[in-house]
Amino acid sequence: MMARSTVRIDGEEPGSSDRDVQLHPLSRRIMHWLNALAIVVMIGSGWRIYDSSPPFSLDFGFPWMFTLGGDASLSEALHNEDGLANALLWHFAGIWLLVINFVAYLIVGFVSGHFLRDFLPIRLGTLIHDFLAALRGRLDHRLGQYNAVQKVFYWGVLGAILVTILSGLSIWKPVQLQALTWLFGGYDNARIVHFLGMTAIVGFLVVHIALTILVPKTLVAMVFGRATSKPHSSKTLPKEEQP
Amino acid sequence: MTRATLERKGPVTAIERRLFLRQTLSLGALAMLTGCDISDQDVVQSVLSAISRWNDQAQAVIFSQHRLAPTYPESAVVRDFRYNAYFPADQAPKLVASDYRLQFSGLIEDKRPWTLDQLYTLPQESQITRHICVEGWSMIGKWSGAPLGAFLQRIGADLTAKYVGFECADGYYGSIDMPTALHPQTIMAFKFADEIIPAKYGFPFKVRIPTKLGFKNPKWVTTMYVTNRMPGGFWEDRGYNWFSGS
Repeated sequence: MMARSTVRIDGEEPGSSDRDVQLHPLSRRIMHWLNALAIVVMIGSGWRIYDSSPPFSLDFGFPWMFTLGGDASLSEALHNEDGLANALLWHFAGIWLLVINFVAYLIVGFVSGHFLRDFLPIRLGTLIHDFLAALRGRLDHRLGQYNAVQKVFYWGVLGAILVTILSGLSIWKPVQLQALTWLFGGYDNARIVHFLGMTAIVGFLVVHIALTILVPKTLVAMVFGRATSKPHSSKTLPKEEQP
Repeated sequence: MTRATLERKGPVTAIERRLFLRQTLSLGALAMLTGCDISDQDVVQSVLSAISRWNDQAQAVIFSQHRLAPTYPESAVVRDFRYNAYFPADQAPKLVASDYRLQFSGLIEDKRPWTLDQLYTLPQESQITRHICVEGWSMIGKWSGAPLGAFLQRIGADLTAKYVGFECADGYYGSIDMPTALHPQTIMAFKFADEIIPAKYGFPFKVRIPTKLGFKNPKWVTTMYVTNRMPGGFWEDRGYNWFSGS
């Protein structure tokens, strides 16, 4: 946990260093990939559960090929039901992995200083600047250093996971945890909050994965623990090339 | 009244369901993710079942016999309560009141059957509570009937036993844990919306358990028994979590 995630090898001035380095300690990598597995299980099974009785009257269902719960026709033949049971089994198994790993990640993140060092501070001016630069595709990407938009994104997804877990608990136990259910505005509203939390997480994932494809070295770092690059060599878009 | 996903099997929803299937592919995501065949899935299934049994224990720990399900005003009661079973409403069991006998077996001292008139002499209570289906939908209804705990005591049931089981006129069966059976809001509901409970909602009675999901609330009950051997249940034997508390 003492390994630093960001090491500027040479100089303080952005752009003056020879190489950017991104380091991820083993514990963080393990927790990242366990979380990825848990999130995929929870979303896949959650979509199947959603399909059995959507919380609002929208004519929308998730295609079954993207859901988790086994083959529906097989399940129907064997059990006279369409795989909801299976999806629920996955959901209530995955939740243990998600919660235990999430709590461990939060504790390690705060205690090790990872959150304070890499995800803070976020200054409003920097955030606006970085956001506008990102919109123009001119956001400078330095491996191992998070820009303000990224920082907000990471806090956002942590918050979304937390809200989704808590609203999920309040749907699971609206009697035993009725105070929590009340906080979410009752059982029916808690289901909608749970759905919106999932939507936010999926939104994060789309951006997260797209950026990983644009800057594949971040994936190298999250798998092998270390990646280096020359500054500005890993720009996200060609437009960024400076004169 | 939830029979879990049974509602989906009904002809009423069959068309909607077929449309849904036509728009999508029913490929198992599990098979896609892992490339497993069915035998591999058996291993996965047994792991998932083991975790589900663990979840039964976790829920038993969370459950409190003294924590009451939220109740609602009369104005919150849904007028046209959803009918839910794996057969259309006109095929619901029609038990004849004068012929009806509630039978008993297992760890119960006095196993003499009860007639409906005898059951109606039991002290009754009303509740307006939320019925929550395992599928996710919920409805607020009003049920009135005799607390199951007091009845079990009266017939000399072994209240230290683990399970109370039910058998129903439609072939359905189910079971609950003893702490839930003794919960003050667990009632043998003879009335629904202030009227004698109609056939489609479980005449002569439904065991109304507001601390459990809908499919744990058996209708058309004909036999009640007490046991220490896990009796399972119709949907539980098809993979649904047994405790299924709310």
